[in-house]
Amino acid sequence: MLPDPVLVLAQGGDGFVRDPSEGATSCVAENDTVCIGWAFDNFDRWVTPTLEHLLLVSVSVAAGFLIAFGLALLSHGRRWLVPTFVGVTGVLYTIPSIALFLILLPITGRGTVTAIIALTLYNLQIIYRNIVTGLANVPEASRDAGRGMGMTERQLLWRVELPLAVPEIIAGLRIATVSTVAIATLAIFAGAGGLGEVIYTQGLQNDVFKTAIVVGSGIAIAMAVAFDAFYLTGQRVISPWRTVRPV
Amino acid sequence: MTLPAADVIDSFSGAVEFIFEPRDAIGVRGQVGGLEQVWELMWTQIWISALALAVAVAIAVPVGLYFGHRGAGELLAVAIGNAGRAVPELALIALMVAFVGIGVLNVTIALVILGIPPILTNAFVGVRQVDRGAVEAARGMGMTELEVIRSVELPLAVPTIMSGVRTGAINIVATATIAPLAGVETLGDFIINNANYGDDGLLAGAILVALLALAFEVALAGLQRLLTPRGLALEREAARSTA
Repeated sequence: MLPDPVLVLAQGGDGFVRDPSEGATSCVAENDTVCIGWAFDNFDRWVTPTLEHLLLVSVSVAAGFLIAFGLALLSHGRRWLVPTFVGVTGVLYTIPSIALFLILLPITGRGTVTAIIALTLYNLQIIYRNIVTGLANVPEASRDAGRGMGMTERQLLWRVELPLAVPEIIAGLRIATVSTVAIATLAIFAGAGGLGEVIYTQGLQNDVFKTAIVVGSGIAIAMAVAFDAFYLTGQRVISPWRTVRPV
Repeated sequence: MTLPAADVIDSFSGAVEFIFEPRDAIGVRGQVGGLEQVWELMWTQIWISALALAVAVAIAVPVGLYFGHRGAGELLAVAIGNAGRAVPELALIALMVAFVGIGVLNVTIALVILGIPPILTNAFVGVRQVDRGAVEAARGMGMTELEVIRSVELPLAVPTIMSGVRTGAINIVATATIAPLAGVETLGDFIINNANYGDDGLLAGAILVALLALAFEVALAGLQRLLTPRGLALEREAARSTA
C-alpha cells in the first residue's frame, strides 16, 4: 500500500512536523518565528523530551553528589588527596560533554546510561570543590567547641563540620544542576533524547523549524531557572543566617 | 549493552587509524580522515575559539574590573554569570541558525556570548576580593584610580580572572564543536555531519575535541602561572603548606 503522497511530501527529515493531517497551520507551513497556537495544540510533543531531560539531570546530579561526597569524605583529613581529586575531576570537567558522550559510546553503548555517566563525571568537579571549600570554611572555634564537648573526629565531621558546610554544598549543587540542564541538551548525540531532541531533531534537522527550536530552548532555560530558584529557596530555608558564593 | 573489551579496542584503534590514514568516504566520492583533513578542521576550531576567547576577554575583563572597582552592579554581574550558565550551547547555536543566520561571523558572535559571563563575573568578584587595605595604601602613595586598577587590583585579581577565562574557554571550545550545525567546519564535522565519516570518524572527532580542550586548558594554566604576580604565588604556596 502506498502512503498518502501529500503526507510524504509534507514530512521533514525525521518525521513529522509539516504534516497537514496534524492540523498544521499556515504559521507552521511558513515557519514563522514561533507558532504559539500550534505549540499548545501539540503539547504532547514536548512532554516526553522534558521528562527525559528531568531524568537525565536529576539522576546525574544525584550520582555526582554521591560520588563527590564520597571523595570529599575520603580527602577530609588527608589533605594531600585534595589536589589529586581536583586535578582528576578537573580533566573530566574540561572535556566537552559532547566528546565525553561519544568516547563512552563504544564502552557503554548508545542511550540514557551513557549520557548519565558523562553528565555525572562532568558534575564531579563543581560539587567536590564546593564541599571541600565548605568544610575548609568551618571556623576553627566551632571545631574546638565540638572537641571540648568530647566529640570524636567522626562526630565532629557529621555533627559540626558538615552541617556548617551546608550552604557551600547547596551552592555547588545549584551550579552543577543549572549547568547540567544546559549541557544535557547535547545528550541527543548520545541517543539519549531529552530537550536536545526538540531543538535538534524536531528543529534544526527538520528544515530549521523555528517553533521547535524556540520551544525546546525555552523549556530548557525555564527548567534551569526553576532549579536555580529551588536551590536558592532551599539555601535560605536551611541556612538563613548565611549566603555564600560558589567556587 | 556493554560491549566486549575486544570490540572496544577495535573501535578506538579504528578511530586512531581514521586520524592518521585517509580512507574512502561513505556514500560519496572522495577521501575522508587522515592528518590533512584533521588538521584543517582542527585549525578552524583553534582559531575561531581563540578569536572568540580574545574578544570575550577584551570585553568582559575591562567591564568587570570597572564595576568591581566602583563596587557597583554586583547583582548584575552575578546575574550575567548565572544567565550564561543557564543558556544551553545547543539552544544558542540553534537560535542563531534560525533567526540570524549561519557562517563564521555568527558562530564567532555566539561563542563570544558564551565566553563573556564567567569572565565578567570572575573579573568583578576578583577585584572585589582584593584587600581594601592594599587599595587604600596604593591611594595613599598617590596613585590615580586608573593606576590602582592597573597596578594593584588587576594583578591581585589574576588568579580569579584566569579561572573565569578558563571556564569561558571550556564553554567556547565545547560550543565550537557544534559549529558545523551553523555551517562552520570544525572537528565537530566528524560528529555532526557523520554520514560520510562512519563510526570511526565519530569517535576520532570526539577524541580530538577532548584533546584540543585539554590543550587549551593546559595553555591557559601556563598563562595564568606567567601572569600571577610572584608575591601572590609565594603567598598561596605558603598558605597551602601550612594548611
